[in-house]
Amino acid sequence: MEPISTIEGEVAFLDRSDVDTDQIIPKQFLKRVERTGYGEFLFYDWMRDGEIELEPHPILVSGRNFGSGSSREHAVWALHQFGFQAVIAPSFSDIFYSNSTKNGFLPVALPEDVCREIATAGEAKIDLENQTVSWDGGEASFEIDGEIKRRLLGGLDDIALTLQTEDAIEAFEAGPGGTYGPVTTSL
Amino acid sequence: MPKTMFEKIWEAHEVKENLLYIDLHLVHEVTSPQAFEGLRMTGRKLRRPDKTVATADHNVPTDGTPVAAMIKDALSRKQVETLEQNAADFGVPVYSLGSETQGIVHVIGPELGLTQPGMTIVCGDSHTSTHGAFGALAFGIGTSEVEHVMATQTLVQNKPKTMRINYKGRLGEGVTSKDLILATIGKLGTSGMTGYVVEYAGEAIEALTMEQRMTICNMTIEGGGKAGMIAPDETTFEYMRGKPGVPEDFEAAVERWKQLPTEEGATFDTEVDIDATAISPMVTWGTTPGMVIQVTDPVPDPEKMDSPADKEAAERALQYMGLEAGTPMEEIRPERVFIGSCTNSRISDLREAAGAIKGRKVADSVRAMVVPGSALVKTQAEEEGLDKVFEEAGFEWRGAGCSMCLGMNPDILIEGERCASTSNRNFEGRQGKGGRTHLVSPTMATAAAIEGHFVDIRNWS
Repeated sequence: MEPISTIEGEVAFLDRSDVDTDQIIPKQFLKRVERTGYGEFLFYDWMRDGEIELEPHPILVSGRNFGSGSSREHAVWALHQFGFQAVIAPSFSDIFYSNSTKNGFLPVALPEDVCREIATAGEAKIDLENQTVSWDGGEASFEIDGEIKRRLLGGLDDIALTLQTEDAIEAFEAGPGGTYGPVTTSL
Repeated sequence: MPKTMFEKIWEAHEVKENLLYIDLHLVHEVTSPQAFEGLRMTGRKLRRPDKTVATADHNVPTDGTPVAAMIKDALSRKQVETLEQNAADFGVPVYSLGSETQGIVHVIGPELGLTQPGMTIVCGDSHTSTHGAFGALAFGIGTSEVEHVMATQTLVQNKPKTMRINYKGRLGEGVTSKDLILATIGKLGTSGMTGYVVEYAGEAIEALTMEQRMTICNMTIEGGGKAGMIAPDETTFEYMRGKPGVPEDFEAAVERWKQLPTEEGATFDTEVDIDATAISPMVTWGTTPGMVIQVTDPVPDPEKMDSPADKEAAERALQYMGLEAGTPMEEIRPERVFIGSCTNSRISDLREAAGAIKGRKVADSVRAMVVPGSALVKTQAEEEGLDKVFEEAGFEWRGAGCSMCLGMNPDILIEGERCASTSNRNFEGRQGKGGRTHLVSPTMATAAAIEGHFVDIRNWS
């Protein structure tokens, strides 16, 4: 994945709470077996009906519990491929947050009033290294796990990193930990 | 120091700090193709096919289509065939369309005895929380993490917080575990459990069957929870005994599993008390599972909501649902009824629904369907004659799959249709664009099918 350092530019605002991944990318687009080609179907039902209009700015701001529901990573792919590089919201679902960080797509949690200020300002700059968001008239700090931040800044591949410790996995499997659970291939 | 069940399982699976070993990886056709492709592109192998199992569920038609090659929808066919090919290429056992053990991934894991206490279980599906009913740590992951598990049999994880919900007393007559979890989400909100692994405990939980417990853990994610868990007990062991995947020395395993439950004095980050005796049959009125009320209540009034965000969300939801504030829920008339999904499609769900029919017929205004969760559930139900009970009452009896829970297959609502559904999500468009979903228990769905409107099952003879 591509490293992230700063994300700067105009802000798109989706003023809704509980935006679930079924809305972000409706189910009929999950039948593809590729990782690409989802951007044009972002918020398909809402966009097609003219219920919302979104420009592909670098930053999306939305309401609490963003990305709730289905674990579909297609939601992150769609947001990213549409043109967003980060989403700022008061809170995220756990799976959506995790999926985002695996794709070089930055979720930033800030209080609701701060989100509204950023949306009103219309432009913002996110600095991952310093964990700040700044806009005309204000600045806020955000929290992010140190290891997740390191991987995002470096654009590091989780699997390659884990495989560097393959010895530890082998040692674990050789111990009692390797004996839990069924053998699916012998059913 | 006394430990919680979660802590014991977590510690037993830590390869090193924040790297968790995974005992079982469940795979389905929708969230896996890009992960398999990732392995191919990087030349990595799937580390432990013997801890992996795949099935086709989301896309499969429920009309008796016997094999993947005969699925009419070209994209669905390709996705299921891709799963079969990927499974063959990487040595993963697969129960695809036509297999006698095919079914919804969260139904087949438990019924094959693959789901066991003390395990870590993941799947590229948010309802993986279902398996926590056995005292396992089970949660949904995205496709990047699916690929990570395939390549390493581990996951990079930060330790989540813990919550225990203590239910006081027992559920009343006619009140089900579906009502219990809907009421819990209504109370805590759709993000009330975010960041937490939730242990459900108390007399009301202990009194439930395994399948009822699965319904509760299944919907943990609708409250934002990472995983739901219930301590294994005699009910758990009895359910598992004799299932194909369980340990050969079952009694020795039981002795190990008995060490899992949370110890007296262990602390949780948060504890919540809920009076189980006060829970009523529940129905959702809006477009999140948290928008839920007792069937005896009227549709809520957005004007009376506390925050501007809640009010706005409620107004939008009522507009989408075509409902007016103040309308008694019992006057609302679904045109469709769906009994199925990983929440409520197991044999006991079907027995309860069939048992409520008592010779009556589905209302003329309603089209109702019953979709067993797996091919094994279907076979069992047919052996018991449940299919005939449903069909004689006017329900359609279908093949196994996710069906109308998510509309990735031909079973969908058309625009504006209102559905009483035993599934888990009432999001906009979930069951078909413009479809209006009300989440209920299987008996409440049956009663709505017969009466043509919602009824309080407690007063329905």
